[in-house]
Amino acid sequence: MRPARLTVIAAASVAAALTAVTGCSQKSDAGGDDVIKVAASDSACDVSKTEFPSGKVQIDVENKGSKVTEVYVLFPDARIVTERENIGPGTKASITAEIKAGDYEIVCKPGMKGDGIAKKVKATGKGAAEEKRSPEADAAVAAYRAYVIAQAEETLPKAQAFADAVKAGDIEAAKKLYAPSRIGWERTEPVAESFGDIDPKVDVREDGLEAGQDPAKDWTGWHRLEKALWADNKIGDDEKKLADTLMADLADWQKKVGTAEITPSSMANGAKELLDEVATGKVTGEEERYSRTDLVDFKANIEGAQKAYELLKPIATKNDPELVKQLDTQFAAMTVLLDKYRTDKASYEFTAYDKVGELERKELSDAVSALGEPLSKLAAAVTK
Amino acid sequence: MTESQSQSEPTASEPQHPHQEAGASPADAAPQAAPSRRSVLGWGGAGLALGAATAGGAVAAFGGGSDMVSAAAAGAAVPFHGEHQAGIASAVQDRLHFAAFDVKTKSREELVKLLKEWTEAARRMTAGLPVGEGGFGGLPEAPPDDTGEALGLKASRLTLTIGFGPGLFAKDRFGLEGKRPEALVDLELFPGDNLDPARSGGDLCVQACADDPQVAVHAIRQLARIGFGRTAVRWSQLGFGKTSSTTPEEQTPRNMMGFKDGTRNISGTDKAALEKHVWVGAGDGSDWLTGGSYLVARRIRMNIETWDRTPLGEQEDIFGRDKGEGAPVGKSKERDEPFLKAMKPEAHVRLAHPDTNNGATILRRGYSFTDGTDGLGRLDAGLFFLAFQRDVRKGFIPIQRQLAKADVLNEYIQHVGSAIFAVPPGVRDKDDWWGRTLFA
Repeated sequence: MRPARLTVIAAASVAAALTAVTGCSQKSDAGGDDVIKVAASDSACDVSKTEFPSGKVQIDVENKGSKVTEVYVLFPDARIVTERENIGPGTKASITAEIKAGDYEIVCKPGMKGDGIAKKVKATGKGAAEEKRSPEADAAVAAYRAYVIAQAEETLPKAQAFADAVKAGDIEAAKKLYAPSRIGWERTEPVAESFGDIDPKVDVREDGLEAGQDPAKDWTGWHRLEKALWADNKIGDDEKKLADTLMADLADWQKKVGTAEITPSSMANGAKELLDEVATGKVTGEEERYSRTDLVDFKANIEGAQKAYELLKPIATKNDPELVKQLDTQFAAMTVLLDKYRTDKASYEFTAYDKVGELERKELSDAVSALGEPLSKLAAAVTK
Repeated sequence: MTESQSQSEPTASEPQHPHQEAGASPADAAPQAAPSRRSVLGWGGAGLALGAATAGGAVAAFGGGSDMVSAAAAGAAVPFHGEHQAGIASAVQDRLHFAAFDVKTKSREELVKLLKEWTEAARRMTAGLPVGEGGFGGLPEAPPDDTGEALGLKASRLTLTIGFGPGLFAKDRFGLEGKRPEALVDLELFPGDNLDPARSGGDLCVQACADDPQVAVHAIRQLARIGFGRTAVRWSQLGFGKTSSTTPEEQTPRNMMGFKDGTRNISGTDKAALEKHVWVGAGDGSDWLTGGSYLVARRIRMNIETWDRTPLGEQEDIFGRDKGEGAPVGKSKERDEPFLKAMKPEAHVRLAHPDTNNGATILRRGYSFTDGTDGLGRLDAGLFFLAFQRDVRKGFIPIQRQLAKADVLNEYIQHVGSAIFAVPPGVRDKDDWWGRTLFA
């Protein structure tokens, strides 16, 4: 599922807590006037009504087009209220959800790709959101969610290529594909970490296992494969299986990211957390201790933080222009500094971290502190 | 009391020396509370006993008594404003956190802004107040302005003293090349030095001293935090158990080798000695520094284990004083005037003595340090030597040349870190700031 939703959503009160009901399909005759009918085709997404009472809502979808499609109901900040994918041409599906009063979009995505076709709808009734967020805050959150979703979407094929190389026992190919397969994840890690169960499966290091866990049995994810490739220099049957496990876990991640609870302050603090990741894991060289590709993660963390920051900038500029100035300066300085470690600014081939001297590491660490400290003030600047 | 003056010795122990006299007023810049006086915290019973046994006169007189409820115990605040910075002639506290910073910003304006922010934070912290809006009660989404670990603690005689390193005056940096004082030399490499660049140098330094280590550490942490992006901590050092006193009425502290250190240090109340040896004078060449001083910091590692295997007689010969009383060779009391010729020619005290160095005299304010153990299981301990003087070329340098060349103590010590700073005059009032005379 990839609900990429790029359109900037117009204003709107945000609905409150989300109560998406899992999109179980039901018989489509459930009916009556309460049902919203969606006629999806390759070029249209017609809804039978754009206003409906809040509460339990049923949406009947008919795919009249020639491509497989998917349908979403989205909050103004692009969070998914409910969704249904893989609706084949000529078939019908039904979705139900508990929808509170407020503004939404129904989106059809023919071919299950791209932004899709959106229709604005409104759930009427009382209980409209108490907490109003500004339109620009909604826009920032929506755009960030789209970014996170796109990162997951782009990561899956790269991870698949890596997994395929592992399964083929091709150590050299797998080594080359390892770091690139992690970039999307590293850019958006705080969102992934908000689903507590995924991160320990895909990104844990051996020393992150809990007491009683056996690395041979319980250690999964990228770093286990990293160790096999670089330290052990061999791929066994277990690792081949783990490549599939990694893909399954990443698919789970991709499925969930659209539903993550995101607010301007969680974006800001997420950006800061990415810097924290750099400060505690990358600068020290702990993260990629076998592959020495720490700087790739480093760069990805910074890019993810910068994306969140750029989206929040319009709000922060109003509240704390001095902070914005400082952050612009420090992000720029960080970019210049990191570029010293790659010859081609379009590539993600960075100097191996064991080739980075102590003084250079100190310089990187100083830059992280210089950026991380003002970044820790961004949340306050966007929630004022 | 009364002695005064002092000296130097860079390394471990004490100096001796001339005498002079002391006055009685707290010589700190700012008048005001009387922070001087014994802090004795930390030197519990054993210490006091030693003190009493020791010296006669003044020392014994202060050995215990009810007026020992010292400024430290009362958590007093040392005045931040004054002609000179506190933390030099003011009474030495028991704990140290010293930090050297690299300046990362290229903008003079940014640097000035930082110094103003630091001054304001220092003003608050030395008064026992948290930085900015405090450590709690603000926005839940934002980290508090103050990190909070000193909340509820008293000022604990916290002093914060800033210094400017040679790098600040480099060409094409902040436009200060014309203001580099001649006496702010680049220290030569002395024989036996094994300097670690990661523990040496720095564009700025801040010396935080307090009677409570948490207060000192908190202060440096806040300044480092305020500085991120404009400065980066280059290195820092924690210290305990001051090894030199500026308050001769107190018992002389002992260094990690077990010897009394600082018997003849310059007294913080000896205005004449301070004017002569510590404060930069109006005619000294750099007007902006008048009322300031120069600081040399050296991390001196001691080979503790081999020292501890050294026979007592040899230890005493090495220093030129006895271990129990601290009396110079041939004398019976700690404060007796040393007779240098009675000491071995290479005894530490003899070589460090002003008489051996054409009168070179410095004010020492060093601390012991113990940074756990090294990878070989040896105590990573020694003396973090801090010396203030009016002119390094007439203070630390000649003394250290002498010591580095011949001191028998060198078998047991090694200088592993080194830095030099010009220490500006005091912040005069609430509108003044650290470095105003240099940048304005």
